[in-house]
Amino acid sequence: MALLLSISAGVLFTAGLYMVLRRSLVKILVGLLLLGYAVNLLLFSSVGLIPGHPPILPRDPAQPVADPVPQALILTAIVISFGLTAFAVGLVRQVYQVLGTDDTNELQCTDLACELPSLAYKPAEGETVDENEMVQPEAEDHGKEDHS
Amino acid sequence: MIILPIFLPLFLAVICLLAWNYPYIQRWVALLGSLALVVVSGWILLDVSNHGLLVLQSGNWPAPFGITLAVDGLSAIMVLLGSLVGLVVAVYAAGSMDMARLRFGFYPLFFILLMGVNGAFTTGDLFNLYVWFEVMLMASFVLMALGGERQQIEGAVKYLILNLLASMLFLSAIGLTYNLAGTLNLADLAVQLNKVSPGGMVTLVSILFLVAFGIKSAIFPLFFWLPASYHTPPVAVTALFSGLLTKVGVYSLIRVFTLLFTQDTTYTHTILLVLAGFTMVTGVFGAAAQLDFRRLLSFHIVSQIGYLIMGLGLMSREALAGTIYFMGHVILAKTALFLIAGLVERMQGSYDLKKLGGIYRLKPAMAVLFLLPAMSLAGLPPLSGFFAKLILVAAGLRLQQYAIVAAGLFVSLLTLYSMTKVWNEVFWKEPKQASPEMSQPDELKTGHIGWMWAATIGTVVLMLAMTVFADPMLAVADRAASQLLSPDVYISAVLRGGR
Repeated sequence: MALLLSISAGVLFTAGLYMVLRRSLVKILVGLLLLGYAVNLLLFSSVGLIPGHPPILPRDPAQPVADPVPQALILTAIVISFGLTAFAVGLVRQVYQVLGTDDTNELQCTDLACELPSLAYKPAEGETVDENEMVQPEAEDHGKEDHS
Repeated sequence: MIILPIFLPLFLAVICLLAWNYPYIQRWVALLGSLALVVVSGWILLDVSNHGLLVLQSGNWPAPFGITLAVDGLSAIMVLLGSLVGLVVAVYAAGSMDMARLRFGFYPLFFILLMGVNGAFTTGDLFNLYVWFEVMLMASFVLMALGGERQQIEGAVKYLILNLLASMLFLSAIGLTYNLAGTLNLADLAVQLNKVSPGGMVTLVSILFLVAFGIKSAIFPLFFWLPASYHTPPVAVTALFSGLLTKVGVYSLIRVFTLLFTQDTTYTHTILLVLAGFTMVTGVFGAAAQLDFRRLLSFHIVSQIGYLIMGLGLMSREALAGTIYFMGHVILAKTALFLIAGLVERMQGSYDLKKLGGIYRLKPAMAVLFLLPAMSLAGLPPLSGFFAKLILVAAGLRLQQYAIVAAGLFVSLLTLYSMTKVWNEVFWKEPKQASPEMSQPDELKTGHIGWMWAATIGTVVLMLAMTVFADPMLAVADRAASQLLSPDVYISAVLRGGR
């Protein structure tokens, strides 16, 4: 089981890294998601698996017990990556709306001089959607949604 | 008390959220709140330098089990510097932030960012550090995209992807560390990692941390996201980022490589030194090629990071004290330069060096305000940058690391060159055309320009204060450095209840 976990973590790392190197922003996003799963599996297997025993100290001290720390870490990491992914999806959508492309080869205006009409600020529909999707328990931003 | 730098910004962010529809109330909350934050962090620094480390075991769980907050000299200095940048930016934003961004929650995000930064500075737990990083990054992603201009969206997506990647690496490093040592409390880790058989794994994990924090602090092969994104948001946001975000990365590097990974310093710290040299040189060459005020300054952020890493790579008390003093110097000088770039843009409506000109004739005071931090950044004698570089160079010579010293001096010269270029183009040369572009922007839409002046003058005065009071400040930096080099103090304070 531990071997299987390690192998799948490795496969996920590889696949994630490959996807991150693609040109399409959506594929990069998928790559980041895969990397997130790979890291979670890595965390999970970081202390070895103790199957069949809950992370609660048993009455009998001779019995094995699972380490609760990696589980807590993964839970936190999942919540954080959920918030970040939601924001990233919104941002990628915004990129497509504003720039009309999701090809990273065409996103060069921050590095090279290129003449673009700078668009004035307009709270487009997409933007409000982005902000609403940003549910993130860590950063207290969900409070903002209640008042927006 | 130690929780205040985290709790106060959270509280203020909530107040700003409650006043969502009243940007003017939010502005005053931000001004007074960030002033209070400066007072609190000054108090903490005083307390830490008089009585030693401050430790809080949250929930009263004893050290290796609960989440520890620990403030030593370095943390206290960083919290104070962060709060100062926060205050300056709050004042500046009162004059420069446009209504659209204010209505979309600039101030709440500003405080959440400060909360994340202060949390990262004060935490004594590796996983908690990751959580604070994410809080800070989340706020910074939104701040960077806030306003939705074309360039901003493009910069934000690059910034987002690379920083998410860095977070993944950081998290993997945490997993491997837990595998090695079975704990994530920094003080406990420092004890446990020394018991692990030295060699392979520990060094590997340390390099993973180096890459993760290296992306966040923009060191040599990993800095490309910074000049691609930092010039896109409004100047107040850029100044905030340049003063805080990369410095959190550097702080984490210092913390990790002085407390945890000191087993194989000949290997890891040599890598740090080499990277420091390359960071300086590539950053300054990048800056020399730029013709946009903000992009040029962004590349200078990268090159100055090199000096900070240089002190860490040298790893002597003198060098670390130099790094800490340099941190204060570069945060203030850099913030001042960005704020001036914003003032210039407000006057002439552009960041393009070719389109600007003649500021010296129009506003000599602004030219002087630019000249002081610019010369300080280049390290000319009477200013703070000179002392900072002098200490680093002296430390380098004492340890006979001649290559890095030569690189440092060479980069100073090139910094002077590119600052001279800005001076010539923006301040000295004749203005191109009469003044169709010099119309003032609508002051109802943004704020009064006086706020921007006040913030800029304040930053330059702070920088000059660092010069005048160099001696006491160096004493504080030296004490923090000596704490860094004797981790036993930190460990015993956290694990055995300190004072």
